[in-house]
Amino acid sequence: MVRRRKFCKFCAEKIDYIDFKDTRLLGQFVPERARILPRRISGVCATHQRKLAKAIKRARHLALLPYVAD
Amino acid sequence: MRRYEVVFVLAPTLTDDEVEQAIESFTKTARDKGAEVISVDKWGKRRLAFRVGKHTDGYYVVLTLEEPSGAAVAELERRFKVSDSVIRFLSVRTDLDLKRAEKFKKEREARRAKRPAPPREHAAYQEMEEALAAAEPTEAEEE
Repeated sequence: MVRRRKFCKFCAEKIDYIDFKDTRLLGQFVPERARILPRRISGVCATHQRKLAKAIKRARHLALLPYVAD
Repeated sequence: MRRYEVVFVLAPTLTDDEVEQAIESFTKTARDKGAEVISVDKWGKRRLAFRVGKHTDGYYVVLTLEEPSGAAVAELERRFKVSDSVIRFLSVRTDLDLKRAEKFKKEREARRAKRPAPPREHAAYQEMEEALAAAEPTEAEEE
């Protein structure tokens, strides 16, 4: 019953600028289905989720991350 | 001054010489249009996340530019579109975001300097957790 307290990874690690070139970081928020992980699950705060989504979309355009799972 | 990050992906069919030539010509274009090239970061050949045209790999290059207007970036984008050897490109203006990030960092440091003592909630949380653990010792550590 005791749920683990969620926290925003970016706030905790003090990442202010989410770089779209950092595939390793972004990959953590793009599970197998290749969809962007909702913050209800990841616990990322609204500000960072917004920036994260943008960064992921940019990375996708450059074929660094997939649009769909293959 | 505006700072831009221009990433472009060259076709893997190019030879090493052609790659160098392409990079050289693009940086030259940027310089001619009045931009200062801060860095040219060649990632080298990388696997693409999906096929682009017929390609499964691409040669990634990241240019960091600084210029007073968007002229050089506009010209670069025009050339990327025309060029057959560029399979993907993206230019992003980063100075504003980096400035914001810098501001956040400063604010955080200021806050830390002002309040060195650990926040009060901490002790309260701990007490609460201890109480919970005592009440339900079996369910407390599920994850």
